Amino acid sequence: METSFALTGKGYVIVAADTTAARSIVKMKVDEDKIKELGTHLLMAYSGEPGDTVQFAEYVERNIRLYQIRNLYPLRPPAAASWIRRSLAQSIRSRSPYSVNLLLGGYDKSENKPNLYWIDYLGSVVEVPFAAHGYGSYFALSLLDRYHDPEAPLEEGLATLRRCIDEVAKRLVVSPSNYKVKVVDKDGVREVEI
Amino acid sequence: MPSAAGLYMRQRQLPRRAREAYASVTSTDNTSISEAIMARRYDSRTTIFSPEGRLYQIEYAMEAISHAGTVLGVLAKDGVVLAAEKRVTGKLLDLSSAKVGGGYGGSGEKMFLLNSNVIGGVAGITSDANSLVNYARTVAQQHLLQYNDDIPVELLAQRLCDLKQGYTQYGGLRPFGVSILYAGYDPHYRFQLYHSDPSGNYSGWKATCVGANNGTAQSLLKQEYKDDISVEQAIGLVLRVMSKTMDSPTLGSEKLEFAVLTYDEANKQPKAKIYRPSEIDALLVAEGLAKKDDDTEMKS
Repeated sequence: METSFALTGKGYVIVAADTTAARSIVKMKVDEDKIKELGTHLLMAYSGEPGDTVQFAEYVERNIRLYQIRNLYPLRPPAAASWIRRSLAQSIRSRSPYSVNLLLGGYDKSENKPNLYWIDYLGSVVEVPFAAHGYGSYFALSLLDRYHDPEAPLEEGLATLRRCIDEVAKRLVVSPSNYKVKVVDKDGVREVEI
Repeated sequence: MPSAAGLYMRQRQLPRRAREAYASVTSTDNTSISEAIMARRYDSRTTIFSPEGRLYQIEYAMEAISHAGTVLGVLAKDGVVLAAEKRVTGKLLDLSSAKVGGGYGGSGEKMFLLNSNVIGGVAGITSDANSLVNYARTVAQQHLLQYNDDIPVELLAQRLCDLKQGYTQYGGLRPFGVSILYAGYDPHYRFQLYHSDPSGNYSGWKATCVGANNGTAQSLLKQEYKDDISVEQAIGLVLRVMSKTMDSPTLGSEKLEFAVLTYDEANKQPKAKIYRPSEIDALLVAEGLAKKDDDTEMKS
């Protein structure tokens, strides 16, 4: 089942998503990247209905990139979250809504702080210090309640993430074997090994 | 035959199409067109180039603006200052809504709040200006709806310029006879001052002037402007330049509109202030520029 986590720390946001692409009982791919880089300082992990996910994620990516090219400034994370939320709110009120859940992590260069947003297919958005989607969230959120520190350095943040991943591996019947982990901070986005 | 100077030539009566084209061009200060302007084949429609490669309607629009009340803007390191000379004044003018508390100052002729982070100063044909101000406000709110964020100042200027440019290329409609100075703040580039003209072109300025006597004002600004001035110094500079370039001999709230855009550190929000007449008079007194004048009826 599709699982994603994210958490903030001192000047960074870590976004992690599983890399399994499965249909019914078959794992078609074990190295799928479900985290889109929307800009130099913006990451979005997506999950939900197959097909809808990539379609919507690409739509968001291209529109945010268009804004940046047209207007010379990149969209700040709060503005990007609002735009995405509005797109999903319009989608849910249409004849065939997108069934996609997102975790939007970004670094706001004008305010010098990390932002994380939990967004679901209904168009709800909340800014949070940590978040998760999927069945894995049932295990991860309690661990993050206990161990998350918003001022932790990156190594500690990654250690907390490691706890969540291990717990899901231990307790979920069909747990993902691999995760892709990306970090966004003042220097931009990069992938890290976990 | 066209004169060497190019644009104007006397003629007894304008051809019908030219008369129609000029029926809509009037300026705010009621100077009817004293020189009869010969309408050539190429200048009664905006969508046509002249053989010399010029768009006459746009040039004529800028000419209309050069007869309108001056608008002056100066960028400081902690704010932007705008001042404007009003042309619609007089004892019988009812400005009571501007003087009473509530809302913001300004008589609705030169200075407008376009968004909570942008003030616009307009020069030119007032009705065109009102239409553009309304458009700018709509654009700013649409941006706020989509992104939950104040529109960046340059983006607002661009949107208005896109509209103005459209009127020079298609539709067969005349251009807007308005120049606008945008004074604004956004987190990307902090304080900014832009000027847009009827052609749909815009540029960013540290200090600039549009409308009547803008050449004089511009050279005065060039001499006196320093890069790191504060808002207080900018206010003084603006008022001094206005007093030297305004047509009327007195500098008072009857003839002057004034606005300042700063950033409120406590609330972390831009603060747009269009001064009320009483506040303008108080400011002039503080700067030592107020003149005692028996004619001024609008004492508050």
